[in-house]
Amino acid sequence: MTIKILAADGATVGNPVANIGIFALFVAITLYIVIRASKQNTTAAEFFTAGRAFTGPQNGIAISGDYLSAASFLGIAGAIAVYGYDGFLYSIGFLVAWLVALLLVAELLRNAGKFTMADVLSFRLKQRPVRIAAATTTLAVCLFYLLAQMAGAGGLVALLLNVKGTLGQALVIAVVGLLMILYVLIGGMKGTTWVQIIKAALLIGGAALMTVMVLAKFGLNFSEILGAAQSEVSGSATEAVAKRDVLAPGAQYGASLTSRINFISLALALVLGTAGLPHVLMRFYTVPTAKEARRSVVWAIALIGAFYLFTLALGYGAAALVGPDEILAAPGAQNSAAPLLAFHLGGVVLLGVISAVAFATILAVVAGLTITAATSFAHDIYASVMKSHQVTEDEQVRVSRITVVVIGILAIGLGILAAEQNIAFLVALAFAVAAAANLPTILYSLYWRRFNTRGALWSMYGGLISTIVLIVFSPAVSGAKTAMLPNVDFAWFPLANPGIVSIPLAFLLGILGTLTSPDDEDPEIAAEFEVRSLTGVGAEKAVAVH
Amino acid sequence: MSQTDLPHGETPVSGHDYLAVQASPEFQDLRSRLRRFVFPMSALFLVWYFAYVLLGAFAHDFMAIKVWGNINIGLLIGLGQFVSTFVITGIYVWWANRELDPRAEAIRAKLEGGAS
Repeated sequence: MTIKILAADGATVGNPVANIGIFALFVAITLYIVIRASKQNTTAAEFFTAGRAFTGPQNGIAISGDYLSAASFLGIAGAIAVYGYDGFLYSIGFLVAWLVALLLVAELLRNAGKFTMADVLSFRLKQRPVRIAAATTTLAVCLFYLLAQMAGAGGLVALLLNVKGTLGQALVIAVVGLLMILYVLIGGMKGTTWVQIIKAALLIGGAALMTVMVLAKFGLNFSEILGAAQSEVSGSATEAVAKRDVLAPGAQYGASLTSRINFISLALALVLGTAGLPHVLMRFYTVPTAKEARRSVVWAIALIGAFYLFTLALGYGAAALVGPDEILAAPGAQNSAAPLLAFHLGGVVLLGVISAVAFATILAVVAGLTITAATSFAHDIYASVMKSHQVTEDEQVRVSRITVVVIGILAIGLGILAAEQNIAFLVALAFAVAAAANLPTILYSLYWRRFNTRGALWSMYGGLISTIVLIVFSPAVSGAKTAMLPNVDFAWFPLANPGIVSIPLAFLLGILGTLTSPDDEDPEIAAEFEVRSLTGVGAEKAVAVH
Repeated sequence: MSQTDLPHGETPVSGHDYLAVQASPEFQDLRSRLRRFVFPMSALFLVWYFAYVLLGAFAHDFMAIKVWGNINIGLLIGLGQFVSTFVITGIYVWWANRELDPRAEAIRAKLEGGAS
């Protein structure tokens, strides 16, 4: 307890030694479990899908662990603390999105696929081009998402370890990246899943504990938390912050018509993005049947819903107890709201625990993304396209292990470059890519018999390219004070969130591409696909434990 | 280890049988039941979600009306999204266990039993 708190001066919060110590304990315990779990990682099905042997509840907890990233914990709590109600929209979009996954995607996908999203999309279409397109969009979404997580790691490190020099931050991000590579290489999908499960329990438990503590401070009266949050915000020394009404929508997105359309665009990407996220889709292959896939989504919805209710209390609690000025002055700005709240509530120990949980969150999500990207590369690009299926599954595992190392190094590089953008915003961009590039093709493949190869290619590439082009020419990248490149201005697209244009465009391109090319897909394969996806005939079974 | 296969062609049932299965009344029944449930339900929750989003974007004053203490309409509708998500999840699971699973199971048993 020698190092004292002076967050308002931009110094460290709590005791860095305690923070690192608790995190190291988490790493030690999970590594031990990963090594134990890895004993059976001999076949491709075991490495990529954990032998499809997880139960629905286990997988549901792992899904929530995969999904509740640093964006949810640090980003949403921070956005609510600083902007109030508008931060709450993220929670609602992220949660309602699960209904798309539950009702339309999860079970049919589980029945029809093997390792990756591309298995399903290319099933009844032309294998080669569709697989390449699906793997491309998978890798693009994973990279955007990785960028968000690594940006979160950088901000967190700055806050908790008082590592502010570029070199010091780079070093810590490199350590996080190397740990992640280690987990995935040793543990495969099974080890990664166990890390997600442990992390989800810690994260949800930690958030629940803090919520109870916040509520206790206000006599279990949520209305009083809201009142205290508003009066703290109104008392802010910054005029722009002080005039915000944090209890009603509009503080972040209400100023002009453009910003309102931006808000709707964000909402669209959030609700349609989840069911197109490759690392979420891949989790449906770790259970033995479609019925277990359904059960896992139910568990995920319950846990994720509960967690977002906690972040509402945490966000307003941070505004009320810490105050927006102290949060914005802290090294990680908005993203530091939850750790600062932990310190106010429970001192060095709770801060250490919550920081370790946040690190663990980043580590686990990065591991999940990495194994998804590596699986997609090894299975879709290397085995199916480059080697025309003339490759053993052992070879696929070997290639994916190499890919893990490459992606890990790439993630470290991106994390070092990533600026202090709000992590929830970066994740929203990943959702926009997933919603535009993946979801239309997934839905058309599953429900529209006439859909064909050209429709899939136009929709996937059109969605991917339009999203990325619009982001590059948006105020998020240039022209605005908060942009990644604030000193140049090549922004001609007014919205930071491109979904409202790119998502309908991708749906439309799928229809146009399909209708402008002949209906020449094999009806027998189409029939097989439909029967298998609906009934589970011939679905990949769980691997027996040997 | 085995070679990597295309996803199709792995089952003992030939492509020809799938056309017949697809055309069978049992399968058509399963298919239309699924679609008659999931499409309207998806439309319902998407409309409700976007009604909320549009209110949040354009009806700030309405959302700010206080109902009880500092709890306003915006917060109640937001929490209502949580409630509706949980309720729709519950209804779907109850319906799928009752309507979907036995029918899919029957078709699967017939196919896998007849072809092995």
